Amino acid sequence: MQDVENIVNGQKLFLKEEYQTSLAAKKEFESAMGAINPAKVQEVADWTKSWEYREKNLAREAITVNPAKACQPLGAIMAALGFENTMPYVHGSHGCVAYFRSYFTRHFKEPTPCVSDSMSESAAVFGGLANMKDGLRNCNAMYKPDHIAVSTTCMAEVIGDDLNAFIVGAREEAEGELDNLPITYAHTPSFVGSHITGYDNMMKSMLEQLNPEKSEKVLDEERINIIPGFEPYLGSLAEIKEISKMFSDKIVMLGDHEEQWNTGAGEYTMYAGGTTMADAKTAINAKATISLQKYSTTQTAKTIKNKWKQGYETCNPIGLAGTDEFVMKLAELTGKEVPEALKVQRAQLVDAMQDSYPYMHGKKFAIYGDPDFLLGLVSFIVEMGGIPTHVLCHNAPRKGWEEDMKAIIAKSQWAEECNIWAGKDLWALRSLLFTEPVDFLIGNVYGKELYRDTGIPLIRIGFPIFDRHHLHRYSMSGYKGALNLLTWITNSVLDQLDEETKTIAKTDYFFDCVR
Amino acid sequence: MSELRQIAFYGKGGIGKSTTSQNTLAAMCHYYGKKILIVGCDPKADSTRLILHEKAQATIMQLASEAGTVEDLELEDVCKPGADEFHPDNTDITEGFIMCTESGGPEPGVGCAGRGVITAINFLEEEGAYDDELDFVSYDVLGDVVCGGFAMPIREGKAQEIYIVMSGEMMAMYAANNISKGILKYANTGGVRLAGLICNARMTDKEYDLAKNLAIQIGTQMIHFVPRSNHVQRAELRRMTVVEFSPNSDQAMEYKELARKIIANDLKVIPTPLEMDDLENLLMEYGLEEEVDEENLGQKEA
Repeated sequence: MQDVENIVNGQKLFLKEEYQTSLAAKKEFESAMGAINPAKVQEVADWTKSWEYREKNLAREAITVNPAKACQPLGAIMAALGFENTMPYVHGSHGCVAYFRSYFTRHFKEPTPCVSDSMSESAAVFGGLANMKDGLRNCNAMYKPDHIAVSTTCMAEVIGDDLNAFIVGAREEAEGELDNLPITYAHTPSFVGSHITGYDNMMKSMLEQLNPEKSEKVLDEERINIIPGFEPYLGSLAEIKEISKMFSDKIVMLGDHEEQWNTGAGEYTMYAGGTTMADAKTAINAKATISLQKYSTTQTAKTIKNKWKQGYETCNPIGLAGTDEFVMKLAELTGKEVPEALKVQRAQLVDAMQDSYPYMHGKKFAIYGDPDFLLGLVSFIVEMGGIPTHVLCHNAPRKGWEEDMKAIIAKSQWAEECNIWAGKDLWALRSLLFTEPVDFLIGNVYGKELYRDTGIPLIRIGFPIFDRHHLHRYSMSGYKGALNLLTWITNSVLDQLDEETKTIAKTDYFFDCVR
Repeated sequence: MSELRQIAFYGKGGIGKSTTSQNTLAAMCHYYGKKILIVGCDPKADSTRLILHEKAQATIMQLASEAGTVEDLELEDVCKPGADEFHPDNTDITEGFIMCTESGGPEPGVGCAGRGVITAINFLEEEGAYDDELDFVSYDVLGDVVCGGFAMPIREGKAQEIYIVMSGEMMAMYAANNISKGILKYANTGGVRLAGLICNARMTDKEYDLAKNLAIQIGTQMIHFVPRSNHVQRAELRRMTVVEFSPNSDQAMEYKELARKIIANDLKVIPTPLEMDDLENLLMEYGLEEEVDEENLGQKEA
């Protein structure tokens, strides 16, 4: 029981005697399942670490255990929140949307505006048009957005609701309330792809629907667009904008959600920052668009290249080579020299990489996450002489990604021992960590279970991270971002070194104050 | 190349919709050299059987479920050229050709066939199935527009002209009227239009008048009255259209005429579906039935 004078959290509460007694009784009650036969439990636990189990696990098709991906509308919401005064509107069931909001809020520790039209049993039978009619008007009346971006949950997709027809219909019956409000829409069925697919679909739809036809395009030779992709690191967005500014004032980020999830204390505002609607509506006029996440923008790319006939480039400014490529691309597109300040940043990074190199060199890593994130991070690990033993991408794109990853790994002297696991979940990774162990895990919060089971330290880089604070405020892009990656990874290596050398008179010959 | 026209055949199950659509499309290809893609939107996957001379072996959904996801499919796997004269490489009879694809779907009683239609059409569009030198894309859609999935072919940017296959029977007309309601929903917000009723005659009494009058009442035309002929069945047993089986027969000429009318058709309207009472009145006026007094409703035969 809680003591009113000394309220404790779950960590201490369940250690109290009455809970311990109750838990012991529960265990005994459930003994038929083998819970009180420690030998049997151990036997099964050991079997899950075997090669035999690994083979069964990798051959598994029917179920997913501990996925390393989320669903389409989540990405669509991030894309929408990158635009000024934009309300993401999800046509579908309420529970899904509560999940999206809490998912982002747990990661960013900030509120996430997003509405749902709460389709219910009758909407599933009669279609969601009535919900859409009320929902759009309510959303407009209550939250006063300048733009509503509609995506869908699986429910609306299964019954085949047609967003285009519904939005036209809702406008007609809104008594003029929605007349001057841009409403863009994208179908985001989660039976296909993952959150990056949803990001792509929404970004493509917003750009297509907000911009005029190609015939009305007015080319602006100086303007360049940058699409960041599904970027959970707000510091990365800031860093990219800072680098861009060093080259030109006419580089516009399309989908800039930095401020939305980084508001200060004080009076709450629903919307913060974002690409202005004016910039969004003239995206077609730019000379070129650079996507920083090739595989989060494959459909968007088609619109830009084929419909807009605009220059389209991809860069992945994570790590040294990735940032170099981005910087050189900006220099080429703007026709300007690389600024001195950037050269200094680069030199500082290379210097720092040299300082830490001995500690990362030859270390084995298992890394999991989104396709573009992995391409960037693995490239950096290879630059630092680390071995990307397992690269696991649950939402790996079907075409091109594996080849891109192989080309990066080929630069490592240990390329032969590296494995790419496309389409596998974290339960598959668990087996791999037992049969072909590594020194460190790099990924999101869901690797925590793997850390507990295997004892392999988890370095938290990725999305989502719910159990450590403020990491999302840092950059992992650009030279400064690479410095952050270097800091996080190297210091985790050093922490582990201390762990392994701290036993008095046994291993502490190397328990040094200088590393 | 002329502008791609996207058309769709809707109609009550069992009305002979697939037979009519395949014979008509075969005629458009055989006599007029049209280049056509058939998208079968029926889980039975029999919208292309007479063109392929066999039931489509691999539907989009079937292959997708084998491969794990629709993203793993290639267009060539699911888009098959028609047999013999309908093959693009065979230009002996016609320069035209017919490509065939079937959405496929679940066994009766399980799953969701409508979602299969959405998935299949999205796949075809994304893979560029419509980029070829096609004159027509034709969707053959199961029964009533019972869920949003079966309305996929009439969403904005897809089929613009709808042909409803019906007969002079009560339920077929009821279904035709219902389909008009579905079209009306989408026509108000988009470009889809009703282009005509095709009466696949059952040779019931006054069928011609009845069908013609229904067409007028819902604001369209009866574009053709296809008489009943055993020739169609004979061809069908050989898994052929009558157009290919016996191109000079009277029945083939009927399809030729229907094909000509569709190619030349420019009457595309927003339908004005009837209320149930009006539909019943229509049947009484032209049908076999005598008017029934209010007091006799629900009464056994005397």
